[in-house]
Amino acid sequence: MSRQESVLYDAQGPKARRRTLIGTGVAVLVLLGLAYLVVQRLAERDQFSMELWGPLINPGNESFEAVWRLIGEGIRNTLIAAALAMTLSIVLGTVIAVARLSLGRIGRIPLIGFVEVFRGLPVVVLVYFGVRVLDDVGVDLSGLPGGQVLWGLVLGLTAYNMVVFAEIVRAGVASLPKGQREAALATGLTPGQTMRIVLLPQAFRTMLPAIISQLVVVLKDTSLVTFIANYDELLSQGESIRRNLDNPIQTFTVIALLYIAINYALGRLAQYVERRQSRARTTGGEAEAEATDGIEGAPVRTGS
Amino acid sequence: MTFRRTALVATLSVVALTAAACGGGDEETATDVPVAEAPEFEAGTTMAELAEAGSMTVGTKYDQPFFGLEGLGGELEGFDVEIAKIIAAELGIAPEDIDWEETPSSVREEVIEGGEVDMVVATYTINAERAERITFAGPYYEAGQQIMVLSENDEITGPEYFTENPDATICSVRGSTPSEQIRPYLANEGQLTLFDEYSQCADSLSTGQVDAVTTDNVILLGFVSESDGEFKLVGEQFTEEPYGIGIEKGDVEFCQFINETLAANEEAYVAAWEATAGQIEGTQTPELPEPNECV
Amino acid sequence: MSPVFENFGAFVDGFLTSLSIILWALVGSLVLGIVIAACRVSPIPPLRAFGTFWVTTFRNTPLTVVLFFCAFGLPEIGINNSFFFFGVLGLVLYTSAFVCEAVRSGINSVPAGQAEAARSVGLNFTQGLRYVVLPQALRTVVPPLGSVVIAMFKNSAVVGAFGVGGELWGTGLTLTSARGFETLPIFTGVAIGYLCITLPAGALLQVLERKVAIAR
Repeated sequence: MSRQESVLYDAQGPKARRRTLIGTGVAVLVLLGLAYLVVQRLAERDQFSMELWGPLINPGNESFEAVWRLIGEGIRNTLIAAALAMTLSIVLGTVIAVARLSLGRIGRIPLIGFVEVFRGLPVVVLVYFGVRVLDDVGVDLSGLPGGQVLWGLVLGLTAYNMVVFAEIVRAGVASLPKGQREAALATGLTPGQTMRIVLLPQAFRTMLPAIISQLVVVLKDTSLVTFIANYDELLSQGESIRRNLDNPIQTFTVIALLYIAINYALGRLAQYVERRQSRARTTGGEAEAEATDGIEGAPVRTGS
Repeated sequence: MTFRRTALVATLSVVALTAAACGGGDEETATDVPVAEAPEFEAGTTMAELAEAGSMTVGTKYDQPFFGLEGLGGELEGFDVEIAKIIAAELGIAPEDIDWEETPSSVREEVIEGGEVDMVVATYTINAERAERITFAGPYYEAGQQIMVLSENDEITGPEYFTENPDATICSVRGSTPSEQIRPYLANEGQLTLFDEYSQCADSLSTGQVDAVTTDNVILLGFVSESDGEFKLVGEQFTEEPYGIGIEKGDVEFCQFINETLAANEEAYVAAWEATAGQIEGTQTPELPEPNECV
Repeated sequence: MSPVFENFGAFVDGFLTSLSIILWALVGSLVLGIVIAACRVSPIPPLRAFGTFWVTTFRNTPLTVVLFFCAFGLPEIGINNSFFFFGVLGLVLYTSAFVCEAVRSGINSVPAGQAEAARSVGLNFTQGLRYVVLPQALRTVVPPLGSVVIAMFKNSAVVGAFGVGGELWGTGLTLTSARGFETLPIFTGVAIGYLCITLPAGALLQVLERKVAIAR
């Protein structure tokens, strides 16, 4: 943060400091005013009543236990779906990336087409294909542990994210110094071995922050299944609570906070891993590590 | 706004009533159909298979007050749920051995075709299009489509209002029969708001986001009775909605079995109604309708 | 594919509705995202804190949850508007966080010496930003911003579940669930509809990237 400020303005003199102080005062007033408006609006509509909040925050409330059991299950199911989709996407993404890197200029064309199609579709449509269409055309996933909807969701998310990973891995391999590959080949490794033993492990290391960031995207996208079928992930459980207690604002505030907490933690983890790696790579070059702050090393975290 | 206040209370009272009806037993059930012990069925029929397995999967709604509603503790209650229990009992399957599956309007045919459920009892209107993909037993109830508005609204008196007022909006559930049957009355597509569940429509009516909600009268009556005078029904029924039980296409024997079971358990049928949808003000205990021919 | 041709009119309508959602959301999220980015790099601490709060909130909440708030939460506190508006609003709030981060990382990528040089020739904060930093930032901003925008195009499908009548995905759902058409052909049609938006957008983005790219 401190670094980025210095890009845009000098250390402030007395005049500028006074202006900043005034600006701060005005901004605080405006923001407080906005906050007050929101709070007042909510209070006017009785949105702070314990009748609405009680089941969520008061352990003594008769519904409290049931509500949090639902939420707990929801978090577990969300994490299960995200973890499965993530693992599958990494595996398939790596396969696609390797195929793309090893195929010739012409052989690569159908693969690029494939990647572009999956990248161009809304995740919700792909999840629909996974959950509904696969079932309709006779692909039976119900025998798998966790059931048909879970795996349909996982496949839908995988279809989208594997191509994102393929891009991450490809960029990772491409970012390695040329010498790595040349040296590996020179020691007598086959191209396949070079990829597997030398290039991929290094690429994964540099791509770890991007992978963690993408996990946030996958985790959020699990909630799309709500509109398609019944899988008790966090948002669906929230819907179930709202249906019974009819307190949309309160329930969704809690649900949103839970998502934010989980995803924020993941985002920090990605940043931490990235800083550590940059420091390890550029010993004595702290500046470079700092400069990437905020990008989180992930050109891919684009909202979906 | 008042709609919210009473929702949970109403749900809980249904639980209490159903619990009372069975005399304080562990299983909350309104229907006192004795579970048949080792019933005999012709080999190879669906009934024999299910009786043999000792359990069955039933699709119902989880968000339909008085027909199929899931409480916070995961328990299901409603008329559809009780009907399913009556049929299961005749197959020798106790209520606790039924695997319930949530089947919202949009997936019902698919889960039957895919064999994921043995039957669907989910406010499921019998119509020709659906009958091409699945077989209907029943009907076990005859509903009709109506319109629900805010109590203070005196302008809307029937579906024709929406033809004359192209700015008025009406809400229904995507994939439901009522959502299609209201279309001829609309001046333009934009008047129709579609959600996944009726409770979202009721919410939107309560907050003034839509002017009316349309679906089968019994479903609307459920919302009216919970709303504490906030909602009311207007106009006549403008369609007939016989509710059937969806089973796999062409399973005539199972269909006939269901029809016979219902006919033989009139008392349980009435008890099921009175413990669930019968709680709604303004409803009358129905008589079991004549079953359709099984095809 | 015949179910698609049978309902071609519905598909075209859905496509146009999706396009109009996208266009409104595009304008809204770019404007809001840039405003939030300006907050995040401004010298005024509370604005920076507000910007960080905004980005943390909307970047880590699923779009679906944001849309639930807009469609059901806002009317609850007496803010009424069309579901189309709420849908676009949710999309704008959500996307603005990503736009902000793309813009901010672009500003960060401009070497510090540039801003220092600008100040040393006597430009103030606004002038330095306007004439020196932003024009250069724009070039690094285009690729990530482009991906954010294309992601938003795709995310517009989710809006269909929140009462917005007849956009592309919702049209697919209505056709399959209420009128009993087969899912495979209908949703293949829906998929093609989205590709008709995202593929040209992707190609356009590449052209743009090449145009603004600088050899460094």
